[in-house]
Amino acid sequence: MGFLSKFFGISSEDGSSQKAKDRLKIVLIHDRTDISPQLLESLRNEIVDVLAKYMDIDMKKIEIDLDHDENAVALVANIPILHIKRGKVAEL
Amino acid sequence: MSARVIVTTSGKGGVGKTTSTANIAAALAKFGKKVVAVDADVGLRNLDVIMGLENRVVYNFIDVIEKTCKLSQALVKDKRVPGLYLLPAAQTRTKDAVNPEQMVALCEEMKPDFDFIFLDCPAGIEGGFKNAAAGADEALVVTTPEIPAVRDADRIIGMLESMGKSPIRLIINRLRPNMVQDGDMLAKDDILDVLSIDLIGVVPEDENVIRSTNNGEPMTMTLDSPAAHAYLNIAERILGRDVPLMDLESYATRGFLSKIKRFFSGKGKR
Repeated sequence: MGFLSKFFGISSEDGSSQKAKDRLKIVLIHDRTDISPQLLESLRNEIVDVLAKYMDIDMKKIEIDLDHDENAVALVANIPILHIKRGKVAEL
Repeated sequence: MSARVIVTTSGKGGVGKTTSTANIAAALAKFGKKVVAVDADVGLRNLDVIMGLENRVVYNFIDVIEKTCKLSQALVKDKRVPGLYLLPAAQTRTKDAVNPEQMVALCEEMKPDFDFIFLDCPAGIEGGFKNAAAGADEALVVTTPEIPAVRDADRIIGMLESMGKSPIRLIINRLRPNMVQDGDMLAKDDILDVLSIDLIGVVPEDENVIRSTNNGEPMTMTLDSPAAHAYLNIAERILGRDVPLMDLESYATRGFLSKIKRFFSGKGKR
């Protein structure tokens, strides 16, 4: 049977289309998140503005970046909090 | 009459933009519409050759824009199908010879006289694409079932969406039903999954495309072949008719060996 399979070019794996599909998905994930530094900067500023309404944050230590790994892209933010604003918590 | 202006584009070169433009334009003319196909690929014109009208080109659309001639002088009337016209590109100029505003103005000038204006866009995402896309309301994006073509289509779709074109619809060209069945080619649904736009048609790989290019006669004019059918269907869908997708599997021609192969691999059960 092994001989026959080889003869007819059958492998136990699927055809190459599955591989194409997987590669395509990953390529597009990366292409679509190809964000310019300016865009990332304005995203960062807006996020900080929103957060600043609710808490005091350490502006100097903010890190916001896109993290690419093989299968996915994530927006990773590290924002140290100094204080939660008391008034805001009470309102909620 | 106010024409619908449709750009045919793809990002990647060589996937069949010009062939698609010529065949869909000819099909719509065959259905009684008045259609002009504009070759927006300045410097690398080819729509004239695909349509078989290269010997009748006198002026081009840059001449019209620069007022060297009147629009009616530059339009090449196709004598085989009533209502079909070509507006050629300039061959000895570059893409910088036009700007988007001039393209828009040219389309506006033609709109009252036609039902459809097709803009055959050059490959790429630079000036030539932007010029062609500027004039259009709708878009047809052509891709083939290969990673580079789908990737570029994704880029182009993003740009067309941000320009506000609607509807943007996809043509999957050169699909080989045999290879899809054997799991060796991206299937229609794989491509639609990742691009998430509406499909307007699937055109199977067909040797007759090469014959019709050799002969300079769009296949929708006369030929009865799988790709011609697919393009006629696309034209009907552009007219808003509800035409079901072709059964491409019936076009899958199989040899004895591949039948045995499918039997052994368990793909033959259906």
